[in-house]
Amino acid sequence: MSDTPSATVEIKLPKDLAAEKGMVNVQIDGSWHQFPKGTRIIEACRQVKVEVPHYCYHPKLSVPGNCRMCLVQMGMPPRPAPGQEPTRDDQGYEPIGWMPRPVIACANTISENMGIRTQGELVEKCREGVMEFLLINHPLDCPICDQAGECRLQEQSVGYGRGVSRFVDMKVKKPKNVEIGPRIRLDDERCIMCSRCIRFMDEVAGDPVLGFTQRGTHTTLTVHPGRLLDSNYSLNTADLCPVGALTSNDFRFQMRVWFLKETPTIDVNCGTGTNITVWTRGNTIHRITPRRNNEVNSDWMPDSHRLNFHYIDGENRLTEPLAKSGGTHQAVSWAEAIESAAARLKGFAASETAIIASGRMTNEELFLVRELSVVLGESLLSIVPRTGEPDGLLVAADRNPNTTGAKLVLGVEDPASDLSAIREGIRRGGIKALIVLGEDVMTDADFTAEDLESLDFLMQTHLLANPTASAADLVLPGAAFAEKRGSMVNLTGRLQRLNRAVEPPASAKDDWEILRDLIHALGGNPGDLNLIEDAFRAMASAVPAFDGLTLSKIGHQGHQVIETGYQIPLLANERAAKAAGKING
Amino acid sequence: MAVVKLKRPKLDLGEKIYFGALIKGFFLTMRHAFRSLRGKSVGAKDLESSGLGVTMQYPEQKWDEHLPEHYRGAPALVTDEQGRERCVSCQLCEFICPPKAIKITPGEIPSDDPWAKVEKRPLEFEIDMIRCIYCGMCEEVCPEQAIYLRKDYAITGLTRKDMVHDKKKLYEIGGVRTGLVNKWNELK
Repeated sequence: MSDTPSATVEIKLPKDLAAEKGMVNVQIDGSWHQFPKGTRIIEACRQVKVEVPHYCYHPKLSVPGNCRMCLVQMGMPPRPAPGQEPTRDDQGYEPIGWMPRPVIACANTISENMGIRTQGELVEKCREGVMEFLLINHPLDCPICDQAGECRLQEQSVGYGRGVSRFVDMKVKKPKNVEIGPRIRLDDERCIMCSRCIRFMDEVAGDPVLGFTQRGTHTTLTVHPGRLLDSNYSLNTADLCPVGALTSNDFRFQMRVWFLKETPTIDVNCGTGTNITVWTRGNTIHRITPRRNNEVNSDWMPDSHRLNFHYIDGENRLTEPLAKSGGTHQAVSWAEAIESAAARLKGFAASETAIIASGRMTNEELFLVRELSVVLGESLLSIVPRTGEPDGLLVAADRNPNTTGAKLVLGVEDPASDLSAIREGIRRGGIKALIVLGEDVMTDADFTAEDLESLDFLMQTHLLANPTASAADLVLPGAAFAEKRGSMVNLTGRLQRLNRAVEPPASAKDDWEILRDLIHALGGNPGDLNLIEDAFRAMASAVPAFDGLTLSKIGHQGHQVIETGYQIPLLANERAAKAAGKING
Repeated sequence: MAVVKLKRPKLDLGEKIYFGALIKGFFLTMRHAFRSLRGKSVGAKDLESSGLGVTMQYPEQKWDEHLPEHYRGAPALVTDEQGRERCVSCQLCEFICPPKAIKITPGEIPSDDPWAKVEKRPLEFEIDMIRCIYCGMCEEVCPEQAIYLRKDYAITGLTRKDMVHDKKKLYEIGGVRTGLVNKWNELK
């Protein structure tokens, strides 16, 4: 009808205006908005900050629509009788005929002139009913449940529940405290059958070991007979679980979540640079969870990376600068340590010294390493390559988190290329002084005890006691990834920021400060560096890729500085699923 | 905040001189003085042993039996008639405690324990009695009826460490409390 001549001269209706942009008009709680065609109701509501409570829906997973918590009232304009023109209000919208029964917001898509009510008696009664059903068999063990404080069931019971139970019968008993995998424990009584974990293991982790057995009230989440939930991504199911059915063995009963402070930072276990949140209380890290970044790790992270933080407050952490005198290490002050290092290093020619840096250092630290090598007279400089088996999802083959950063900051194609030259130089006797920064060259770079013994001077900065430190003349304690600020560039070329979650222990010091002090003591002048921001600024003016950036401009989601062409496999899977219409996120 | 303006009361001459009130007060004092000399002061029976019966000879004499039911003394942990320690270390008291006097280290109950199904209990529970302000919020917040303010008020010690009540001491003060809700029993 709209292509008849009389229609084209009319003022354009909202539906036509929206259609031109591929959008549709939807009324949410009384106000009209435009959304792209095909958006789910729940996503549309989220976009206009209207909260629809839900359990099973997750933007990165398929939509089963089984929790029924996201029920909303929906309405469409009534269909006009043949020959009848639809009536419109003064804004051009048709009146909405509200449906008497609710629909689920997660599995229904919006359409033109649709009305959605997330408030009102019908919706509130529905939510109350769903909450009541979910709580019938849910145990009252919130005081011992690790999820308490971040439990959707708790929150929504307060927000939408009826407050008092009418249920007088016995609750159904199900298996409790079941070890379903090496890192995950299952409490079936707490499970509300949202199936998020099942879908995650199937769709994202590619290891479909979880499933439901039995029917009705007795529906039980179990692991496939003879199998374990031992995927390297199993702990994501504990994050996903809206209740405390799946909990992490590592975090179990450690600390209640309401005590924990969240620090957004990045993971340093591989080149992917997974975005994480570090949860701390006081100066102790209690857990690490993934943080959403759709350009890096989506919502997930591997268990191996997540659990690799206990060394930070481990037994063998270095806390004092140590100088070797008469075969044993003695604690010395920082001033003495830096002074003696500078005095010894000045006694060697540039060709006699070498620096082994680390791909685990931040850009700022690597920049100062470059300065240090300039002060020492362009001595050999290399990082230690670190590779492992990639898992085809998030774990990259390059286990150094900042190889790309090292390439950019040091200005070389392969920052690890000189490592063998340094090793050869030591064996030939040409190199007499070695500075090892954040690496254990005996364990990770094939240096032997004889190599290190043949050196006249060996200094090392490191976190933990290690074989190289035992051989070193001077050992300086550095800061762990959660203890420092700085930036790194991941394999895709994204500049990301580390934030300080805890303070370094005892006398341990930020690595960039150690390097700055050493450069000063050697007579160099790296500029007036008082804060990490100063170090970043100095680096940004020297490295073209970081031109115009500051540490604060990077933000919590990172900043793409170069395109390396590297694809994170998990993201490729996710984009394919999104293109196929399986997921929304 | 709303401001309410009050009017000063108008005093007559007698009230302005206030001599009458002075004399009234003098007679009141004297009346009590004579009554105590005749052994008829308030509470004389409880304080019989202390001369005229008007001064409590603390600490030889104590007022303990007069403490009201709602008296807020030292907080302590209790066990129930089944000998189960009530606390499941949910750490709500630690969270609510205004002076941050409570420190709990949670622990897991081993699977061979008769109460293994409770899963969690405090490994260590410390209340720093130098910090405690006896407000009773820990008792109020406890979802397990595990912590109660008892009538102990004379908490002394020679060092700061003495003033920290550990789990053992807390159960010692708390003792057994009966008639509580037993939600962890086999029937749910």
